[in-house]
Amino acid sequence: MISTVALAMLALGAIFAFVRLMRGPTLPDRVIAIDLIGVLIVCTLVVSASGNRGAVFLDVALFIALISFVGTVAYARYVEREQ
Amino acid sequence: MRDWIAGALTIVGATLALLAGVGMLRMPDLFTRMQASTKASTLGLGCLLTGLAIQHPELSFVIRALSIGAFMMLTTAVSAHAIARAAALSGVPLWKGTRVDERPTRASDSDA
Repeated sequence: MISTVALAMLALGAIFAFVRLMRGPTLPDRVIAIDLIGVLIVCTLVVSASGNRGAVFLDVALFIALISFVGTVAYARYVEREQ
Repeated sequence: MRDWIAGALTIVGATLALLAGVGMLRMPDLFTRMQASTKASTLGLGCLLTGLAIQHPELSFVIRALSIGAFMMLTTAVSAHAIARAAALSGVPLWKGTRVDERPTRASDSDA
């Protein structure tokens, strides 16, 4: 019950971040929207891990956090190099 | 009792993540949006991980929760700084109500 409510709130936050990803006036706005979506995916996996055998979800969450960090830093280098 | 604490921490963390989404949609410029979103990734995820570790006090859960928390605490600051620096150098427009603009210009930035 509680995890269902939490998952619904996380999905709503991801929808808001996706609206910013489509609308964002500049490129850094879109980059931070993608970054927030990655964080919300990690949060979703952490909430989903509360069942039995949930430790597998936490491995995936750590991996997605790593990939999201590398992607954000690469985008930052690109934005800085482009202008 | 333990389930109550874990459930309350889960709801608090999900609320912070939802507020980050609302802030990402409603805030007026890039830097205020970053202020909203980086709160979610440290405090919100920290609450969710603490709730999970309280609900499952086993070694396999606690170690993974601690490592995810430590990794996110480190990398959120680094990536937020990288994006804010790149955006400030490339001249992203500020909100019209901004009072103080201390952004560095390209000429005075020595290590770029």
